[in-house]
Amino acid sequence: MIPTTTLRQTALHERHRQLGAKMTDFHGWDMPLYYTSILEEHRAVRQALGLFDISHMGQVLVKGPGAVQTLNRLMVSDISQVGQNRACYTLMLNEHGGIIDDLIIYRIGETDYLVIVNCGNRTTDVEWLQAHRQGETTVVDISQGRSILAVQGPLASRVLEQLLDAKVAGLGRFEIAPIRTMGPEACIARTGYTGSDGFELFLPDHHAQRLWDAILSDGKLRGALPVGLGARDTLRVEAGLRLYGTDMDTATSPFEVGLDWTVAINKPDFIGKPVLVQQKQDGVSRKFVGFELAQGPVPRTGSELTVDGRRVGTVTSGTFSPILSKPLGMGYVEPAYTKSGTILTLTVRAQRYPATVVRLPFWKADKPAALSAAASPTLEKLS
Amino acid sequence: MQIPAELLYTKTHEWVKRGANDIVVGITAHAQEELRDVVFIELPKIGKSVKQGEPAAVIESVKAAFDIYAPVSGTISRINDAVAKSPQLVNQDCYGTGWLFAISPSSPDELSALMPSGEYAKQIQVETH
Repeated sequence: MIPTTTLRQTALHERHRQLGAKMTDFHGWDMPLYYTSILEEHRAVRQALGLFDISHMGQVLVKGPGAVQTLNRLMVSDISQVGQNRACYTLMLNEHGGIIDDLIIYRIGETDYLVIVNCGNRTTDVEWLQAHRQGETTVVDISQGRSILAVQGPLASRVLEQLLDAKVAGLGRFEIAPIRTMGPEACIARTGYTGSDGFELFLPDHHAQRLWDAILSDGKLRGALPVGLGARDTLRVEAGLRLYGTDMDTATSPFEVGLDWTVAINKPDFIGKPVLVQQKQDGVSRKFVGFELAQGPVPRTGSELTVDGRRVGTVTSGTFSPILSKPLGMGYVEPAYTKSGTILTLTVRAQRYPATVVRLPFWKADKPAALSAAASPTLEKLS
Repeated sequence: MQIPAELLYTKTHEWVKRGANDIVVGITAHAQEELRDVVFIELPKIGKSVKQGEPAAVIESVKAAFDIYAPVSGTISRINDAVAKSPQLVNQDCYGTGWLFAISPSSPDELSALMPSGEYAKQIQVETH
């Protein structure tokens, strides 16, 4: 018998098809890889605006008087410090201090938290959250019937400000606000996975469809493009952002992957804490770094990094940066080789290329500059 | 889809142009469109001997690396330095400035194994439907 798999589709699937997207199987979802070109879509986000359908990611609501204790026991960060309408990037560990998932937790009410989980970890995460509930807490996967749009790039704020009846331009980084006209739990947050300024919107499907159309159909929005998972990956690498499943997994410690800053080690207790306390004393045997090539091939997952012919590390992510016009890579090396300027050797098809360790991120957005009038569209609000 | 009639084609989407002393090799419009976003090209060294159907060069797109096969056996007589420097030429002009390398063939009768444009057009149709 030939196994048949039916890929899951987002509420925007038909639109992707009509736009001629090249689709790909991403953890069981039929998602756009690119519409026209990964490089073009990448540049659109850096220079104007990119629109992403990321509805494959899970939306989980953790609520109730016990929600904050539940999350505080499961996450490495101090969730009790997250103010209302604020968000927190954090990690969820197993008892061995390995990373189960990296996620963003949005506090959308007094005791209501919207947890966005990676698509490949959705079931695991929900089960883990369920199993570790404390006090009076409910955990509900609310993804069904809801979408997530990411609107990223220097034009994002201006465009959404005009389209939405919500706080947009005044929203701070990692702040979230309700969009009351679009139903319960409809929100806009100033977060993203590109390194550019931008927003993520958590909406009922039909509102997401209308917003998608409003952003793309308007000819006044010059330079705005729909963006697929291909450019989502090149953008996040340029911004030095780690990808779960590629750069980290359950065998990775937060200290190895360089996410020490998320860990509130002085919290009374959280799952994985004893292991981390020990690691803090002993140190870890590998550390995550970024490196660049002056020219050459794209560093690929699994490639060896050597120094004087001895293996000192492994590439986990790589890409060609359309903005810096050179190959970039990230991966793990022995702690002795993490200093900026260290020269590693990347061997690809028996040819050796010098790879220089550089500080992450590779690329950082300038402070938002005043946009020219030409780039300023006039749009009508959605209601 | 552009498939110039004066060229010969391989099943693996290389095109071949016969010259006076050597044959020029590139990838087809169909291949270029499938790869998209070419960002790196590794060409063989001049003088290297290659065998028909074996990898002779590598093209990398953002997502992956692809082997380019020698359409005939022989010796590499010329390489396109411009395309090595500006890989996007393959996307912009795959039958012209985006050519890859030239082979001085050792057994010219191998050319008979290649396809004329009509046959190649049919192959693409089969593959894409």
